[in-house]
Amino acid sequence: MRVDATSAGLSGTSGSDRIARPWGDRTPYGPGDEWPARTDVFLADGIGADDVERWVRTASVLHSNGDAMDIAVAGGRIVGVRGRAEDRVNRGRLGPKDLYGWQANNSPDRLRRPLVREGGRLVETDWDTAMARVVSRTRELLDARGPSAIGFYTSGQLFLEEYYTLAAIGHGAIGTNHMDGNTRLCTASAAAALKETFACDGQPGSYTDVDHADVIALFGHNAAETQSVLWSRILDRLAGPQPPRIVCVDPRGTPVAQAARSGGVHLAPLPGTNVALMNALLHQIIANDWVDQEYVDAHTVGYAELRDRVAQCPPEWAAQVCRVPAEDIRAAARVLGTAERLLSTVLQGVYQSHQASAAAVQVNNLHLIQGMLGRPGCGILQMNGQPTAQNTRECGADGDMSGFRNWSNGAHVTDLARHWNLDPFQIPHMSPPTHAMQIFRNVEQGTIALLWVSGTNPAVSLPELPRIRSVLARPFLVVQDIFLTETAELADVVLPAATWGEKTGCFTNVDRTVHLSDKAVEPPGEARPDLDIFLDFARRMDFRDRGGLPFPQWHDAESAFDAWAASTETRPCDYTGLSHARLRAAPSGIQWPCNAEHPDGTERLYGDGRFFSHPDECESYGRDLVTGAPLDLTEYRALNPDAKAILKAAEYLPPHEPIVDEYPFALITGRTLYHFHTRTKTGRTPQLQAAAPDVWVECSRADAARLGLDEGDLAEVSTARGSIRARARIGGIRDGVLFVPFHYGYWDTTDDAHDRAANELTPTDWDPVSKQPLFKTAAARITRVSPATGPAPAPTTAASYPVTAGVPPTAGATAETRGARR
Amino acid sequence: MSKIDLVLRELHRSENSLARTLLLMADRHRAEHEVFHVARDIAGWSQEHVERIVACAERRGLHISRSASAGAPAVVERVVQRASTAVTSRPETGLLLLADLRRLHRKAAGVSLDWEVLAQAAQAMKERDVFELASSCHPQTLRQMRWANAQLKVHAPQVIAS
Repeated sequence: MRVDATSAGLSGTSGSDRIARPWGDRTPYGPGDEWPARTDVFLADGIGADDVERWVRTASVLHSNGDAMDIAVAGGRIVGVRGRAEDRVNRGRLGPKDLYGWQANNSPDRLRRPLVREGGRLVETDWDTAMARVVSRTRELLDARGPSAIGFYTSGQLFLEEYYTLAAIGHGAIGTNHMDGNTRLCTASAAAALKETFACDGQPGSYTDVDHADVIALFGHNAAETQSVLWSRILDRLAGPQPPRIVCVDPRGTPVAQAARSGGVHLAPLPGTNVALMNALLHQIIANDWVDQEYVDAHTVGYAELRDRVAQCPPEWAAQVCRVPAEDIRAAARVLGTAERLLSTVLQGVYQSHQASAAAVQVNNLHLIQGMLGRPGCGILQMNGQPTAQNTRECGADGDMSGFRNWSNGAHVTDLARHWNLDPFQIPHMSPPTHAMQIFRNVEQGTIALLWVSGTNPAVSLPELPRIRSVLARPFLVVQDIFLTETAELADVVLPAATWGEKTGCFTNVDRTVHLSDKAVEPPGEARPDLDIFLDFARRMDFRDRGGLPFPQWHDAESAFDAWAASTETRPCDYTGLSHARLRAAPSGIQWPCNAEHPDGTERLYGDGRFFSHPDECESYGRDLVTGAPLDLTEYRALNPDAKAILKAAEYLPPHEPIVDEYPFALITGRTLYHFHTRTKTGRTPQLQAAAPDVWVECSRADAARLGLDEGDLAEVSTARGSIRARARIGGIRDGVLFVPFHYGYWDTTDDAHDRAANELTPTDWDPVSKQPLFKTAAARITRVSPATGPAPAPTTAASYPVTAGVPPTAGATAETRGARR
Repeated sequence: MSKIDLVLRELHRSENSLARTLLLMADRHRAEHEVFHVARDIAGWSQEHVERIVACAERRGLHISRSASAGAPAVVERVVQRASTAVTSRPETGLLLLADLRRLHRKAAGVSLDWEVLAQAAQAMKERDVFELASSCHPQTLRQMRWANAQLKVHAPQVIAS
């Protein structure tokens, strides 16, 4: 292990072990009340509040919740964080990753100088040498093969200004269609579901809907681990008067499932059957006439087709498909159908599963047919996986066009070209921007010859890693990151980047709250902000606009933000009322749209039952929910001429990889509370690393008994793609399903074996609508390799809790006693 | 045999052929993962149409052999196709994909026209059972066509430009 679990202790005014108690103390409140503030603080060992020289405002980048905080600076270093009590998102609270994760910034193995490949090895060099290589290879390819030979694969962790700049360089200056973010893996189906229903991206709901709801339904959303502060908010409602009832759809016994069991309903369907379950829930809502017909008639199209489709899907049928009791489906439908203020949230259990978009769309339908939208407590939160994923989408760095413009609407392309002062013909729009999985396919075929990866780690995070490693060996690979990741190790050029706390910019969370993140300290060595790297590339390439000025026309974060804001005028994500100065002066983050009409931002969208779905305005004409084929303008205009919301029905299709004798389990991969993505930061944070030091596999008690598997046994998990080895956690997962966390790659292992990453196992298959890969629908087997030497290295605090006795609870105090396997 | 029965027979043949084309296409382009999976998903529609055509014909006293039903492609066809997928990382397979998508689109268009003919005739002849068959199957044929067209639009620029 490179990290020393004892190097940072716990101190500060929070005074409690937030590894052992991830959601902290309860501050109960009732419906309609304001969520009470609670300020969480963590400072490095030996640092007191008086030692802090400056507090610099920012928000979290280790999950998508957007927790506002201040960075404590002393002696030119980050020494701690404090939640911002004034902020609407977290009211001062911080989660474990917020409290401890900043320590990775100070990690001694940060990249400090550029690297280039010489004689098969990466060697240090200067910026001029590294950038000259990138520029000369780009020029060669542009001359010889044109823009389609160049691809960009970016992140959900850069800042808004950086995405907009990257989009302008890629789509505008170079004119390639090949640009996507790793947001494809986490949030593409959220965007797709919103585009199918509302014809435009944009989150309808607000976190404040938690304060008002009487029913909160979480579909495939283990909020307790993925957005721990949002879960704290729900826990505080549950601890207060008139608590909401919880409906949970999850095959694991998550904290959400446990909360649902008192007064609500927990449904644990077989992976890959979400559309069947959703259709049966809608069947019950309609059969019992829990429908707001007036709202449906006034504000939607497509009701008759939806009604006819779900009429064929009674609970008894879904019970067979999903393997859940029909009476539980009826009970859940009753809770959902009789709610007065329903809040629904959706995440990876839907988005990374078979028929992802079709299932997520049915959650939108659940709200529309009950008229539960745009009022306090009546909200939809199609969640994001990553902190700045919303900006990747808005800015057009992820397979969308900047400003939620419609790639198949010529007027929108012309409008974007006007903002960029480029020829519209320069911006590719002959087909949808190329999605990540297709970019990697093009690299595999050699038609993309230069791939520039920024802020992400596909060598661990993409499905079917044996294939991905061979694909990444093909192109001229540029990797821009803060550590030498598994992907960077394969690069031809490595560019060292500055990160959160070392650069200024903005980002937006899942409920449209925009936060400013100011620079607190200098980046290590020669590392530079991603924005500066992109702009440096543009200047070296000598890109020019139609007036002969250097393109992009902006030169720093503030001017990039202003250019972005100007380009959003009249678009749904209207930032024209925002600026760095405005955000710096405001006590709290501000929700877009924010413009002259709504100077303080907008809490909820669509309260007036009006949508951004007019054929001339909308971002998307929609897609076929089975084939993914886009509709054209004529079809869309016929379907929805009057800018209503669209109720889209979906037929259930069986998963592509059925469970068979050889592979009798359904395998799902996922997250733990203590890590983010491929652990590049959280694995270098002592408390977080110690809380979840190594990979594990979860198995139900009944399955384990049948297989002779005990807690902590070493097991081999295999699919048609490959095998990994992991310690078994006998836990609260449903029978017939295995869970493996996807965070664990190879940067901190000591041998060359590829037997740890969950994505060795996952298939190359994606939702045809959103193009999001399926990480939660695979067939697998598990076999025992050797007996336990202790319990599995899985946290006991959340979904991976043990059901056997004798496993010591996860706690910060015992952190140093829990080592890694290798 | 009435002429409407002839149309049913023709549709049975053409839907069968479309299902086979889709399955062959999936087999040929395994490395194009979306083509592979979606082609198999929507081949299911054609297979279901074939079953419904046979059932409708039987209700009319017309026997159409199920043996010609769309199943997996014949062994010889599979061997031929497999040879073409062995090379997953060559750009030339892209041209093959475009040709196959074009063929699929034409074939689906043929089936669509057959459904059109059947629906028109059934309406004129007040054959409600046949009309309902055509009305419920034809939209899926159109979706198959649109899918072929959409895939062609996505793949053509990269295949031709590179």
